[in-house]
Parts: sequence; structure tokens; C-alpha cells
Amino acid sequence: VTVNGSPRSLEIASERLLIDVLREDLGLTGTKRGCSIGVCGACSVTVDGELISACLYPAVFADGAAVGTVEGLAEPDGRLSPVQNAFIENGGFQCGICTPGQLVAATALLSEQPRPTEAEIRSYMTGNLCRCTGYQRILRSIESAAAASGNA
Amino acid sequence: VSAAYDYHHAADLDDALHLLAKYEGDAFAMAGGTSLVLMMDNGLIRPGHIVGLRGITALRGIEQGTNGRLTLRALATHRDAERSPLVRSHCPALAEAFARVATVRIRNQATVGGNLAHADPAQDPPPMLLALDGEVDIVSLSGRRTVPLDGSFFRGMFETVVADGELLTAIHVPPLPDGARATYVKFLPRTVDDYATVAVAAVLARDDDGRCTHVRIALGAAGPVAFRAHAAERALAGRPVDERAIADAADLAAEASDPIADLRGSVAYKRQMVRVWTARALRSLIPRAAVA
Repeated sequence: VTVNGSPRSLEIASERLLIDVLREDLGLTGTKRGCSIGVCGACSVTVDGELISACLYPAVFADGAAVGTVEGLAEPDGRLSPVQNAFIENGGFQCGICTPGQLVAATALLSEQPRPTEAEIRSYMTGNLCRCTGYQRILRSIESAAAASGNA
Repeated sequence: VSAAYDYHHAADLDDALHLLAKYEGDAFAMAGGTSLVLMMDNGLIRPGHIVGLRGITALRGIEQGTNGRLTLRALATHRDAERSPLVRSHCPALAEAFARVATVRIRNQATVGGNLAHADPAQDPPPMLLALDGEVDIVSLSGRRTVPLDGSFFRGMFETVVADGELLTAIHVPPLPDGARATYVKFLPRTVDDYATVAVAAVLARDDDGRCTHVRIALGAAGPVAFRAHAAERALAGRPVDERAIADAADLAAEASDPIADLRGSVAYKRQMVRVWTARALRSLIPRAAVA
């Protein structure tokens, strides 16, 4: 498996889920455990570019695939991605527990659809809950990230 | 947390069928895994063996035959189906029914075959596929059969005719009759990623005099299985589709439903919602001016 661009090789029990392998075996604790039933979006990661819930994803499915987590969004030198910067500039988080999932989901959205409409953002981000209810600023952050990368 | 199981990666369909036969009684086939993972996590099932289907490339894809029949292979994901130009041009309401399932993440992982085999009565695709006269291919080591969804496929909550050692491999949807229009309406008073409180799929065609020449009404979250409301359909067949006929059909759909009381409402409330949403679904299929 390739995780955030680095090849990793590990042997795991077949019933384990991707979220646990990421957090416990690989130490990538940016992926959060929220509802554990695929509803809340805190464990959003990508596998071969597709957004999924790591809490519902058997880790064996990722055999040979490329997994992307929040830790892989910034450049290796620490420079933040346009989406991360947009969330900071627009106050796109409050308590922060949902933020890794929001960032991964927003990044997946913009790679599929670089200039989404507001309705498309709302529809795609439906599955990423924010218990602080900071949705307007999350929306604004994604709009701003899309506009920023459009200018670049 | 799930109990331990052995995961067997099936290389092709034949391999999968042999693995299912070998571990018969102690094995489940896993496609996307969204439902099975939850059921194992909750201890509802404890298989010793999981036969993983995701490597079977022959079970992926969506195609349309020269006869106009649409085929969704079992491992096509919900997202594949909702974004497929073939599905959308065949029937926009079918693409919509797939798009209404949960969230993008689930739709990226969950497969169309797994959705039917899981037989959750509140799921979105089953009523739409029932209303479109869908049928499924079921394959085992001893052969292949094609089963219509209406009447025989769903046997109960989480139960289908797919037996141990069998796999659902494809869903077929015939072309719609000339002039037919289809809709899928999902009543969601809580959140957009919720299960339906009730859902109605309807297909309707009328002749030049406004008489119903073809009708299908199928209900979701209105009983232990998704089902066709045959009596409601008979109330419309051959009649002018006016407010009285629509009200009759809606009453019969409500009468046919057998919902459970849960946090989305009581039995009486859900029956009333079946009545309301059946009427709305049918009305949406005829131009406003044509409703007397």
C-alpha cells in the first residue's frame, strides 16, 4: 500500500479496518474516529483518489492501492495546501475534530470538480458533519480555495 | 469490533463460486463492504470466511444492449451508476435514486449488486428498479437464473432468493414504454443523508386522451421489503389520470403498506405519508394542465 505517496508494507489481520491500521499501525492519527458507522465524515480518506469512510473500509481493500490522509495534504516541506490555507483564512473550523475529514473531503471535491457551484459543494459535503455547526465558513473556505486555485 | 474472519480474494467469478461452495454456511460474499462491515461490527453476523469480490473485473461496468436494455453489473458502485451517461439517458430517475443513497463516501464504496442483495427495505434503488421492471442474474456453480425483482426476489428484511453458494452478478432494466416518465421521491424530514421516512418510485405513460397505458408504483421504507403496489396500479390502468384516480391509487398504496414505527414516525403517520407522496409522485408525472 502507498500512504500519502510513501510505499508501506505491513501484515494485518483480515478483519481490521483501514481507520485502525492508519491510526494504530501507521501512527496517522489525523484521521478521526467519530460515529464508526460511516455517517459523520471524521474518518474521510481517499483510496485511489476516491473519498471513502475509513471506519467502514476493510484494510485489505487497500492492498496495492494509494491511500491519502490529511497528513498528506501539505507539501513535504510543511507548506499548507490551498484548501488548508483557505480553511485558516476563512475560519473554516471551530473545535477542529471534524476538520481533517472536511479538508480531505473538500480536496477530493476540488480534484473532481475544480469550480463547483455552491449547490455542488453542499451536496458533496453533506456527509461531513460539524457539531459546532460552522457550515457557512466551511462553505466559504471551499469556495475561496476553488477561486484561489482558479487564479493560480 | 468484528470477530476474526479469513478474507479470500476471489480472482474471478469461478474462483468466487468455488470459495463460496467450499465454505458454504460459514461464508459471506463481500463487494463494497459497507453493509457487511456494519453487520459484523454489531455482531449480527459472524462469518468465518469472507469471499472478496472486488477483484472480479468482469462484474464491473454499466452497458446498454442493442435492444435498449440497460445492464448494471453487480460491482458497479452507486457513484458509477449516478454519474453514468447511460443510466441517465435510460432513465434520469434511476440515476437520481442511486444519487440519493447516503453520502458520496458510501456511494463510492457501496455496489449496486450489494445494495439489492442486502435487501434493506429502506434503501433507495430497490423501489426504482422494481418500478422499472428490473431483473437480476443469479449465478452458482450449477448454473444461472434470471429473477424478476417484482414478487420473487425480496423475501423479507435483509433476505433475498439469493441462496448460499449463489452470487447476484447483474441487474437488467428494460427500455421504458414509449412516452413513459419516471420519478423517485424520497420523503426526508430530517437530514438529506438519512434513510427515507417513506419513498415512492413511479412510472407512468398515458395515451392521447390522457388514459393510463402503463403504470408502476413501488414503495420503499413502507414494509419489510420494497414492493410494487399492484392494487394501486390497477386503480389507474386504463383510466384517465385525474385527481380522483390519483387519490384512489394513493389510498390503495397506503393500504398496501406495512411500515414499522421508528424514530421517523408511527405506523399511521408513515401510511399517511405513503398516501401523500404517492399522489405527489403521480402528479409530477403529468403536465399540470392535464390534471383535472
